Amino acid sequence: MTRYLVHRLGQNLILLWLVSVIAFTVLHLAPGGPLAQFALVPGLTQADLARIAHQMGLDRSLPVQYWEWFRRMLVGDWGRSYRDTQPVLLVIGSHLFATLELMVSSTIIAVLLGTWVGVLGAIRRYSLFDYLATVGAMIALSIPTFWFGLVVIYIFSVKLAWLPAGNLYTVGDGSFLDFAHHLIAPSLVLALVTVAIWSRYMRSSMLEVINQDYIRTARAKGLRERSVLIDHAFRNALLPMITIAGLQLPTLLSGALVTETVFTWPGMGRLFLDSIGYRDYPMVMGVLMFSAVLVLLGNLMADLLYAASDPRIRLD
Amino acid sequence: MSDVADSPREIARAADEAPSRRARSRALRRFMRHRLAILGLVVIVLLVFFTAVGPHLIAFDDLHIDVRNRFQPPFAGPHILGSDPLGRDQLARLLMAGRVSLTVGFAAMALSTLVGTLVGAVAGYYGGLVGVALMRFVDAVLCFPTIFLLLALAAFVTPSVVSITLIVAATAWMEVARVVEGQIRALRDRDFAIAAEVLGASDLHIMLRELIPNAMAPIVVAATLNVARAILLESYVSFLGYGIQPPTPSWGNMLENAQEYLGTAPWLAIIPGIAITLAVTSFNFVGDGLRDALDTRLDIA
Repeated sequence: MTRYLVHRLGQNLILLWLVSVIAFTVLHLAPGGPLAQFALVPGLTQADLARIAHQMGLDRSLPVQYWEWFRRMLVGDWGRSYRDTQPVLLVIGSHLFATLELMVSSTIIAVLLGTWVGVLGAIRRYSLFDYLATVGAMIALSIPTFWFGLVVIYIFSVKLAWLPAGNLYTVGDGSFLDFAHHLIAPSLVLALVTVAIWSRYMRSSMLEVINQDYIRTARAKGLRERSVLIDHAFRNALLPMITIAGLQLPTLLSGALVTETVFTWPGMGRLFLDSIGYRDYPMVMGVLMFSAVLVLLGNLMADLLYAASDPRIRLD
Repeated sequence: MSDVADSPREIARAADEAPSRRARSRALRRFMRHRLAILGLVVIVLLVFFTAVGPHLIAFDDLHIDVRNRFQPPFAGPHILGSDPLGRDQLARLLMAGRVSLTVGFAAMALSTLVGTLVGAVAGYYGGLVGVALMRFVDAVLCFPTIFLLLALAAFVTPSVVSITLIVAATAWMEVARVVEGQIRALRDRDFAIAAEVLGASDLHIMLRELIPNAMAPIVVAATLNVARAILLESYVSFLGYGIQPPTPSWGNMLENAQEYLGTAPWLAIIPGIAITLAVTSFNFVGDGLRDALDTRLDIA
């Protein structure tokens, strides 16, 4: 187990290094580069630009710049935002909670709803419900998240006025209920895709288990169908689903960016979009790296939890 | 299989047929059985037809500004699907936008499939250090959440139909590479590939003429699903303001400013979204049907 863990951690660190090289190269080879924001300021001469470039260390070769950035990143100095000179990690930290809140609540919705749809679809295979769930999941995967957000806002905020159309909380209120009230619409929107994916995997996992010998044995020894399905089948079908939860992180993060934009939600996705608009390179680089770390942690968690939950799997 | 030949004559006829032709007709039958895939195909053909021909049939140009008829709701005046804040005809814009979005979808699919197939084939064929290096690169690119990577790329190029196609393809080739790598690695040691090698065929010949044709089924499925993905990605990046730029309409950028008018002109938000969903769902249905139809594992059952 320890050997496996060390091996996987090593692999992930190499991947993370590759990610940083790719991100750094993409950002710095782009036309204009980090200086593009200053080029728009009137009255700056070429000499001024050269001085700024020198101050920012942009006149050095790309590998040297990368090494400098890399060295500092390792010790927790991810640079400062061009926009307000705040440390990058601090800014990410201050936006992290809103994103996590959204991701956790939508995952809860997805797991509950997706499990129910998936299990019922597997038990009543080829029924009308199963058919509708299958088609519904395919359509849900095809709906652009931002458009679904607009439709939800139109129906529940504009027409029915049940839910707020955005923001984390009402200024001047900020009670728990107010927070929860603002959370409903965006987490439902973000959950759409995850519900679809989760229900599909849950269905096939459940189908696989139902056809196992021990389920036949359980039925043969006269257990009630309810007990067979819940105590024997469902519990075992849930096992592989742990992996799915970890692997959904990239999808969830992408969805969060779009959802946050539609619902003016002050999270990491919005931060990224704004930073792109300001050409705030250290910030863009920081969020890219941070999200890659989250994705890799998700993969690792999936592996480890899967191994821990199934005694048949030994990781060494 | 359910379609077992039951009379001796049928068995003889079936044996006469070339195996590939028999497999093809069986695949077609399975595809036809997938009614949703047929429905999807019909919708795609209709979408392509109407976006190609439609703009010539309606009375309004997509760029024609008509300030007297601003914010006209659908079915309530000269503009059938309503008009936007500048009084431009929504239907004309929708059709022109469809041209752009579908073109980006198909072109990005072709490009990403080509790149993915090449990377996957080289990695799967040569294996070793080259294979590991290429596949680790694929893994690394997959660590970026798609929209983040797409925006990072989009923000630093001059947006045009070509550049948006390129960056959408740049974020969609990895899955194809993974699929192809696995297929080629499995096929490389099969007798026919070794035979070709013994006969002195070049690496390029073995890859292009022997291995890739045998890995075509999963490539076709991945390519079809990639059209859906590309249309969706184009709409995301255009909605977020870094994609196709006005006045060129695309389904995504038609929605870019729709949110401010949600209270007064909801049709501006609802109609383009239906178009995107319709197109993406159709390609996903066809891809799913093809996966069922081409899945070679089903042939054994």
